[in-house]
Amino acid sequence: MKEIVRIGCGAGFSGDRLEPAAVLVEKGELDYLVLECLAERTIALAQKRKAVDPTKGYDPLLERRMELLLPLLTQHGVKLLTNMGAANPVAAAGKVIEIAKRLNLLVKVAAVTGDDVLHMITGEELALENGRPLKQSGEILSANAYLGADAILPALQSGADIIITGRVADPSLVVAPLMHEFGWLLDDAETIGKATVIGHLMECAGQITGGYFADPVKKPVKGMEFLGHPFVDVYPDGSAVISKVEGTGGIINLATAKEQLLYEVTNPHEYLTPDVVADFTSVTLQQKAANCVAVKGGAGRQKPATLKVSVGYRAGFIGEGEISYAGQHALERARLAGETIQKRLRNRFAELRLDYIGCRSVHPPSLGKNCQSYEIRLRVAGKAETAEEAALVGEEVEALYTNGPAGGGGVRKYVNEVVGIVSALIDRKETKSEVTIKQS
Amino acid sequence: MKRKLYDIAHSRAGDKGNTLTLSLIPFEEKDYELLCREATADRVKAHLSEIVQGEVVRYELPNISALLFVCQQALAGGVTTSLVMDTHGKTLSYALLELEVGR
Repeated sequence: MKEIVRIGCGAGFSGDRLEPAAVLVEKGELDYLVLECLAERTIALAQKRKAVDPTKGYDPLLERRMELLLPLLTQHGVKLLTNMGAANPVAAAGKVIEIAKRLNLLVKVAAVTGDDVLHMITGEELALENGRPLKQSGEILSANAYLGADAILPALQSGADIIITGRVADPSLVVAPLMHEFGWLLDDAETIGKATVIGHLMECAGQITGGYFADPVKKPVKGMEFLGHPFVDVYPDGSAVISKVEGTGGIINLATAKEQLLYEVTNPHEYLTPDVVADFTSVTLQQKAANCVAVKGGAGRQKPATLKVSVGYRAGFIGEGEISYAGQHALERARLAGETIQKRLRNRFAELRLDYIGCRSVHPPSLGKNCQSYEIRLRVAGKAETAEEAALVGEEVEALYTNGPAGGGGVRKYVNEVVGIVSALIDRKETKSEVTIKQS
Repeated sequence: MKRKLYDIAHSRAGDKGNTLTLSLIPFEEKDYELLCREATADRVKAHLSEIVQGEVVRYELPNISALLFVCQQALAGGVTTSLVMDTHGKTLSYALLELEVGR
């Protein structure tokens, strides 16, 4: 058994930067690299791509990340765990093998499947968000259960170098290799709770090294342009030390660790994953050295009997249009533009949203009431059943050029299909995970 | 004299469906007591009343000297289908930090 297991996290979302993972593998002396690339909605969009082309449906950046990382991973003997399989882990594994062959590398790839439970969903299940049957939300596109570390373990035991999953709980990507290396069992809820705390701190990569944190006035962070991603040294007692590669930008301190510990937590006494009901209220953090924070404590209770299922449904189209006004009375002219569009589209949209960017858009009017902006950008947004109807919003904003207030410029217009997400619970005994092995 | 939470604390916003989470962490651990006293769930709910339609629950974490506000029905129907620009509510940490508190 290892005395220390070192895990790096080189991506915290699908569109994350590519280089930090390469730096981690080259200089981090890692045992494992984790890439967490799957947000709530990402998998529903991936299911749509798979429906069009059954060889697709994995993360759109898979090829670019693998071409960069595969040579480094094999050279340094680092194993990779990632949920970049999205809607199609087996096809993703095939793609990795293809890249490995092209680069003349020998790798063993394991694809973990079983999260796709669309065939089990009747539409009668009640959505956790609103208590109504799922089918009332709209046409269901996808249903993926959050699998846990128990689904990943057989892939680790197979000796695979690269493990590609679909939907798994984010912390499980860290919990699974720790269970594998230290021989921890899921029944040991106390230890799995600690491991989940570590996984949760790591899963957003740069969010614990100064990303989504920096504020030049109160929270300055040096070297943002080459922000390093974190690695963690985990000990057999479940304690850990989080750090990053020397010379990389960013900062790891109590403030970054606390922000990340509480990030997206809806109840710190009961943080639910497929592995455990974790308790964050006994976690302690200690700054050991520069960019080096020790994590102790955390606890857990036996894993839930149900798994959360993320259900994607068709939710129409959103049309948007934007136009800028500047100089004297910019806000007044922007408001005239917004009100004009509202009147022109009154009968076509049940709801139109008007944002005055620079004054009141992402925060409510009461907080922006003393705004004195020199420039204002009007944004109009509306939802429709079809792309054509949604496009009307942008068309009307563009028409403000010659049919609106003075001095409007810089129009942009967009139409995007909307995939909504609701959740339901299923009995975990009804799901069955599988591992598919491929070798280059 | 009043000051903003921004002057003494930092915050990170998170989302789960239509639920907004806001941490509130003092720069100096000694200010934790002050935050517990001043940043009550009721005051935060009133401050964010245009954003948060549901209840606000406050969790105290003395182990790391931090507070966590969990705000229900706060993201205009949820990340995936709302018309707002910041669908995740990521900017709302700085809305919380606008709250004025006493000493």
